[in-house]
Amino acid sequence: MTPLVHRVVDRHVESDEVVTLAIAARDAGIDPPEPGQFNMLWSFGVGEAPISLAGIEGDVLLHSIRRVGAVTNTLCDLQVGDELGLRGPYGTGWSCNDLGSGDAVVVAGGLGLVPVRPLIDSLVDSGERRVVLLVGARTPEGLLYADDMDRWADSGVDVQTTVDVGTEGWRGNVGLVTMLVERAEFDASDTIAYVCGPEVMMRFAAVALVDRGVAAPSIELSLERNMHCAVGHCGHCQIGPHFVCKDGPVISWDRSEPLLRVRSL
Amino acid sequence: MQSISDLMAEAPLLDGMDQTSFDLLAGCAQNVHYGEDQLVLTEGGPADHFYLIRKGNVFVEVDLPGRGGVVLEALGPGDVLGVSWLIPPYKNTFDARAGGEVSAIRFDAVCIRTKCDADPALGYSMYQRFSGVIRQRLQSARIRLLDLYSLNVD
Ligand SMILES: Cc1cc2nc3c(=O)[nH]c(=O)nc-3n(C[C@H](O)[C@H](O)[C@H](O)COP(=O)(O)OP(=O)(O)OC[C@H]3O[C@@H](n4cnc5c(N)ncnc54)[C@H](O)[C@@H]3O)c2cc1C
Ligand code: FES
Repeated sequence: MTPLVHRVVDRHVESDEVVTLAIAARDAGIDPPEPGQFNMLWSFGVGEAPISLAGIEGDVLLHSIRRVGAVTNTLCDLQVGDELGLRGPYGTGWSCNDLGSGDAVVVAGGLGLVPVRPLIDSLVDSGERRVVLLVGARTPEGLLYADDMDRWADSGVDVQTTVDVGTEGWRGNVGLVTMLVERAEFDASDTIAYVCGPEVMMRFAAVALVDRGVAAPSIELSLERNMHCAVGHCGHCQIGPHFVCKDGPVISWDRSEPLLRVRSL
Repeated sequence: MQSISDLMAEAPLLDGMDQTSFDLLAGCAQNVHYGEDQLVLTEGGPADHFYLIRKGNVFVEVDLPGRGGVVLEALGPGDVLGVSWLIPPYKNTFDARAGGEVSAIRFDAVCIRTKCDADPALGYSMYQRFSGVIRQRLQSARIRLLDLYSLNVD
């Protein structure tokens, strides 16, 4: 539960709102997180926020953070050499080991691309499944990780993007990410799907995947709830009988659908 | 060479349509091609055609002063272009422009409206199928209005 002191070793501005920090332990580090898990990042004197793993490079952890409030603002302002606290890894990860053949369809909206970034790398490395990546964002400028998307496409991933609002000069897709689910080529009968983004987007994407014929237990969603302890003690993140910090954030659609359909849960 | 009926048989919109209605539609259909940037529909123009896109992308656009054509929706293979032909006063609401080489089946709306008036089974089938398209576009527009990816929505 005690945060370990870490240091920013690199910093990359992804957009007006999002910064990626590369973080290394000053002394002892945490166990390596799995794709889909999160860490609690502590900005000294301000507070803690759960932030998903965006990647691992040796002993260095990558976290992409969007400015929304006090904690995330100060984390985004950290510069190379600055220190922060970190504890974790917490929660459930994506199912990405020993998947066998078939297709893997990743559906991400907005910042939802962050938790699936290490997942896609792992799927590409294993080479077991054909990977289809469907990404939605508000505007073309809001599409994260342009270099990674090129890299994944070069590795054979079928990368499709769409935006809600096509700004001047944009000649790509305009429409909901669910439209990409309807059009994408994959064998629904042998597909595992991973969905991450705003909750409404995830609900519609999961329904579109089921309509295509993907089995509900084969669709994984990453849920978000406010958190405090991150270890299943405080109840802050409770959704129905589950604690998102411990039983999630990754939960399959057959288990999460009844919960997400309860109003204001 | 594929006949117009062969091409129509590949269109999701017409899945499961009875043969009589299908043949009536085929009599109003034509295979067409557009080059990049060519206008397929013009805002305010008569809605006397609709299209089933076979190849390429078509951008549904609105012209904004000082900003040019802003894309509202990108349509691709299998999609329907044009629903205003169904509803008086039969005028196109937006521009539609080919995003590259486009092949489509073009339907003569006057021909189809006349056949729908004469054959209610065909008319009902067309309204049912286009209701599905309109429902999907309405749902997409409503969800996009939520502006899900901006802050303070969840
Ligand atoms: C499992 C999990 C993984 C997460 N992974 C990431 C990640 O990788 N990167 C990242 O940037 N964020 C991530 N988040 C969200 C992040 O934890 C919150 O944005 C953060 O806790 C907000 O703290 P704050 O003090 O900066 O803002 P607060 O002061 O708590 O909130 C400021 C304002 O922002 C709104 N707000 C808070 N959280 C969100 C949100 N998630 N989306 C939209 N508006 C919000 C609040 O309603 C409030 O109006 C994750 C959350 C969870 C539960
Ligand atoms: S954050 Fe405390 S129980 Fe989940």
